[in-house]
Amino acid sequence: MLDKNGIAKRIAKEVKDGYYVNLGIGIPTLVANFVRDDISVEFQSENGVLGMGPFPFEGEEDADVINAGKQTITTLPGASFFDSAMSFGMIRGKHVDLTILGAMEVAENGDIANWKIPGKMVKGMGGAMDLVASAENIIVAMMHTNKAGVSKLLKKCTLPLTGVGCVKKIVTNLAVMEVTTKGFKLLERAPGVSVDTIIKATEGKLLVEGEIPEMEI
Amino acid sequence: MIKKTVPNVESALKGVANGMTFMLGGFGLCGIPENAIAELVKLGISDITCISNNAGVDDFGLGLLLQKHQVKKMISSYVGENDEFERQMLSGELEVELTPQGTLAEKCRAAQAGFPAFYTPAGYGTEVAEGKETREFDGKMHVLEPAFKAEFSFVKAWKGDEVGNLIFKGTARNFNPCMCGAAKITVAEVEELLPAGSLDPNEIHVPGIFVQRIFQGTNYEKRIEQRTVRQKG
Repeated sequence: MLDKNGIAKRIAKEVKDGYYVNLGIGIPTLVANFVRDDISVEFQSENGVLGMGPFPFEGEEDADVINAGKQTITTLPGASFFDSAMSFGMIRGKHVDLTILGAMEVAENGDIANWKIPGKMVKGMGGAMDLVASAENIIVAMMHTNKAGVSKLLKKCTLPLTGVGCVKKIVTNLAVMEVTTKGFKLLERAPGVSVDTIIKATEGKLLVEGEIPEMEI
Repeated sequence: MIKKTVPNVESALKGVANGMTFMLGGFGLCGIPENAIAELVKLGISDITCISNNAGVDDFGLGLLLQKHQVKKMISSYVGENDEFERQMLSGELEVELTPQGTLAEKCRAAQAGFPAFYTPAGYGTEVAEGKETREFDGKMHVLEPAFKAEFSFVKAWKGDEVGNLIFKGTARNFNPCMCGAAKITVAEVEELLPAGSLDPNEIHVPGIFVQRIFQGTNYEKRIEQRTVRQKG
């Protein structure tokens, strides 16, 4: 079973040379730490920066340079700043190659819910609805079940939706899956996790075809 | 040369009144019009509708207007980090219209650019699209979103000149350029106000035609919401 860093590490393998990538808050942010350093990748933050670098050294923080999580950041050579309309133009116009974000629930048809829990304080969707509706290549980073062991990979989402039929790939602490027209297709198992464990943890339809390899991370 | 300079924040906000709709630039506390917000608090006008990506924190940014119960409605994409906001929203004192961030930016830009509405895929099939017109383009469903209408836009830039040309710094740019010229009157506050001719025309982010009033702001706090650093060595 993977921890959050393990999930991030596995997703980092999906980041290819020449990709512009948008990372969501939480596990997706960790992906940047594991991207191979022999490939060229630029990270986009929807508040208006391409070419995001690491956090600044202490004393070098600039209140005018932050990421979408409102954290102080730096920029790398080749970086650019732009306004919010242009930023979402990059996203909506499919210029960003890969979007990695978290989810509370994903359904077997690719629906995603990650912004609202009825009865709890609603903070808002931020840029999530724009991202999921526009990106062609969306990977969801999430835990396979909640703390009580209840599956978050469902036949149908129970929470208010963020987008419909948009998730393509899911990496959880247990498995890598692809969303197909027939349901979740199991691609890889996390180290030490059996196919049976994954079947039990998945409420939605899980397609298991042939031998399922263990993830290489 | 058409000069837009006003002497101070008081004159810049002349005409604001109860019940108006304002656009306010900024992402979190980054690039917010600090001087205009402080003046709105001082003027004590109420029942206002604020179009702003976020709602500030309890004791800074738009949180200051919320503390004084001046806001009737917020139109935002994300409103966390503010306890008073949460209290007013749950008690029903404050109306909140949550809008996807890219749609929010484009509703500002549409108002600026003269589009009455536009289609976007964002929010299709979700509660955001309820009651809205939808249409299929190239096999994909889209939602019709109208442009915003507002009386005033309050924006913050890094440098500006007396004809209203603006240059922004870093990610403090965010929603500010999209809101210029998107309301009946755009008020720009800048850290550095320069004579016309001081800024290179090649480097202007927003041309002065979109700005009606410009003034030199004072006492910028530029509060950092999440100070994240790494250690040297």
